[in-house]
Amino acid sequence: MTINAPRHIISLLMENEAGALSRVAGLFSARGYNIESLTVAVTEDPTLSRMTIVTSGSEAVIEQIIKQLNKLIDVVKVLDLNDGKFIERELMLVKVKATGAFREEMKRMCDIFRGRIIDVADGSFTIELTGSGTKLDAFIESLDKAAILETVRTGASGIGRGDRILKV
Amino acid sequence: MADTPKNSSSKQLGSKPITGAEILIRCLHEENVEFVFGYPGGAVLHIYDAIYHQDKFKHILVRHEQAALHAADAYSRSTGKVGVALVTSGPGATNAITGIATAYMDSIPMVIISGQVPTYAIGEDAFQECDTVGITRPCVKHNFLVKDVKDIAATMKKAFYVAASGRPGPVLVDIPKDITAELCKFEYPESVSLRSYNPVTKGHLGQIKKALKLLAEAKRPMVYSGGGVVLGDASAHLIKLIQSMGLPITSTLMGLGGFPASDEKFLGMLGMHGTYEANMAMQECDVLLAVGARFDDRVIGNTKHFLSTPRTIIHIDIDPSSISKRVKIDVPIVGDVKSVLADMNELIATEKPAQNTNALASWFKQINAWRSKKCLDFAQSDEFIKPQYVIQKLHEVTKGEAFVTSDVGQHQMWAAQYYKFNDPRRWINSGGLGTMGVGLPYAMGVQFAHPNAQVACVTGEGSIQMNIQELSTCAQYHLPIKVIMLNNRYLGMVRQWQEFFYENRYSESYMDSLPDFVKLAEAYGHVGMQITKPSDVEGALKEAFDMKSRFVFLDFITDQKENVFPMIQNGKGLSEMILASDIGAEDL
Repeated sequence: MTINAPRHIISLLMENEAGALSRVAGLFSARGYNIESLTVAVTEDPTLSRMTIVTSGSEAVIEQIIKQLNKLIDVVKVLDLNDGKFIERELMLVKVKATGAFREEMKRMCDIFRGRIIDVADGSFTIELTGSGTKLDAFIESLDKAAILETVRTGASGIGRGDRILKV
Repeated sequence: MADTPKNSSSKQLGSKPITGAEILIRCLHEENVEFVFGYPGGAVLHIYDAIYHQDKFKHILVRHEQAALHAADAYSRSTGKVGVALVTSGPGATNAITGIATAYMDSIPMVIISGQVPTYAIGEDAFQECDTVGITRPCVKHNFLVKDVKDIAATMKKAFYVAASGRPGPVLVDIPKDITAELCKFEYPESVSLRSYNPVTKGHLGQIKKALKLLAEAKRPMVYSGGGVVLGDASAHLIKLIQSMGLPITSTLMGLGGFPASDEKFLGMLGMHGTYEANMAMQECDVLLAVGARFDDRVIGNTKHFLSTPRTIIHIDIDPSSISKRVKIDVPIVGDVKSVLADMNELIATEKPAQNTNALASWFKQINAWRSKKCLDFAQSDEFIKPQYVIQKLHEVTKGEAFVTSDVGQHQMWAAQYYKFNDPRRWINSGGLGTMGVGLPYAMGVQFAHPNAQVACVTGEGSIQMNIQELSTCAQYHLPIKVIMLNNRYLGMVRQWQEFFYENRYSESYMDSLPDFVKLAEAYGHVGMQITKPSDVEGALKEAFDMKSRFVFLDFITDQKENVFPMIQNGKGLSEMILASDIGAEDL
C-alpha cells in the first residue's frame, strides 16, 4: 500500500453474530487491503454491531473495499465517512513516568492536551486522552520518549455530522 | 443473521418432534434435492441413519470427499439447480475445501453440509475436529455453524436462498453431531428475507438506454460474454440481442455455449489461448459490451496494454464488485444479465435504434481478414495422434451434442478451442481455480443429472490421476461416461511453459511410471482402449459411444510435443499473440 494513499474512515453496521468480525478482517487480509485500525462494539440495537475501519488506498481501491464489504452477507450497511463531513475520535491511555521533574511536566502536558489523569502511583501517572488520531500522535510526540512507559489506543471511531446518519 | 425467516407463513409439517438429522433430511426434501453427493463418518452418522430411512433423494457414495464436491458442482453447472454435498467433520471437511474453492471461483450455487464434533467438544481439539467455518470462510459465499436444533430448518432455508440468488456461490452449513440427535418440531419457512442481503436484479433503465445508444452508434462494436450468461440462463436473450444488432461476439472459457459457436458472428474464445480474431477484435473495438464476465488476467492479459487502445466499455454484471475491479468501466449496469438483456431487446424492438451499418460492414471485413489467419489450423500427422484432431473427431462423433467435462491443462484448452459448443451448460470445467482432478467427478455429476446424455470427460494422464479413485464410483452406479484421455506423458501445459520460458528445462513435468490405463479401467469392470494411430481415432470414438451403457476409458497416445496456440505470454497484451504459424510447429 502506498504511504501517500489517502486515509479513509469506513463505518459499517453488521449483524452481531459470532464470526462476523473475522469475515471483515479476513476480507482485508485476503485482498491485500490496509487496516490502520479497526474498532467494533454492539449498538443500541443488540442485534447490530458498529465497526469503524481506518484504511488507506486510491479511489479505486476504496471503491472495491466498499463493494467487497457490501458483498459480505453479515454486513448490513457501509458508509465511507470521507464522502461527507464527519467527526472522528479515539481514546488513548498513556502510562508515563512521574518522578522528580517529570511529575509536574506530565501534569502540565496533560492539561495542555485536555487529558485527564485517571491513575496516580508513586512513580507514574496514567493519562486518558481523547481526540482525533493526529491529536493523540501530537501528544505522544510532545512527550519525552523516555517518559512513556506504556500506551494503548482504541483506534478511531467516527460518526457523520448533522443529518448524516448510519442506521438500519 | 438476525432476521429469522418468516415463520408466520411457515409450513407446519407435522407436530411430532423429530431428530435434527431427520429435520435436515426434510429440509432437503422441501428443496426438492435429487442427489446428495457425500461420504459418511463419525460426526454425520445420525444424518446417514436418517438418509437410510428415506428414498426421496438419492445419496451418491463417492471415494473421496473432493469428488463429492466436484460432482455436486457439476450437477449444478449442468442443470442450474443447487448442488448438495455432505461430508463429515475434520478430514471430511478439509478434503472438501478444493471442491468448495473451485465452485466459489466459478460462482456455482451449492449447499455443503459438514458434520462437526458435538457442541460441548468444540474447541477441545476433539477427534476429527477442525474449525470448518473458519477454514472455509474465504472460499464460500457464506457459512453457518448451527448450535441449536431449532435453527436447522431456518438455516437450511437461508443456505439454499443465499447459494442460488444474486451472484451464486457455495454455502456451507456446519452441524455438530449432538444437534442432529436432539428433538424438535419441523417447520420449514416458506420464504426468507435478510436485511443485510438484497441482491439487485433489475438493471438501471437509463444506463441500459445509454448502452444501447453507444452500441448502435459504434463503428467497431464488440460483445464479450462470460460465465454469467450461462449461470444466469441468459443465452436466448443474448442470441436475440446479437442477431438483432448483428454484433460480433467472443466468449470466455466459462461462457462457451452461451452463444452458438457455429454462428458466423462468433469469433471463438478470447484470452490467453483465444483465437486471433477474437483477441484482435477485443483490442481494436471502439465500444465493448461485457456481459457476465470479469476481465480476469487470463482473458485480457496485461491491463495496461489492453487500456492503451481507447474504447468505451459497458459492463453488465450482477455483482457490483466485479465492475471496475481490474478495468475502469464507462457504463456499469448492475443487474441480472437475463433481465438486463431482456430490457435491451425490448428497447430495440420499440425504439429500433439506427445503427452505423456501413461501419459495421467494414468492421466485419476487418474481422474476416483476421479470421483468414486460420489460427487454429494445425499440422496433421500420419504418425502421431494430434490432440486437436481427437477433439475434432469427438465433436463429429457426438454431433456436438455431448456434455464435455475437462480437467485442467493443454487438453482443457484444446477441448475449449475445438469442441464447438452450441448450447449453454454443456461445457463443464474449472475456469477460475483451475483445479486438476475435476474432470472425472464432473462427468459423474453431469451423468447423474442427465442419465441418457452422452458425457465425455476430456482429460490428461496427469489430471485423471488426481481423482482416479472415482472409477470405482462410476462402476457402482453404472455411469456410461467416456473418458477421452490425451496421454502425452507430460504435464503438458507445464512442459509448454518450460519450453517457452525456461529453455526446455523440463523440471518435474514428465510423467514416469504411468499405469496401464486399459488394465486399470478393466480392473474396475470398465472397458479400456488404447489408441496409438491417427487412423484409429475416429473408429475408437464411435465404438466407445456405441457402447451406450458402458463406461469406456480411451487412452489416446498423443504427440508429446504439441503445444496450445495461439498463446499470449504472461504479462503481454491481447494483440501480442504467438501463433503456431509464427513458431513453425514442426521445428519444436
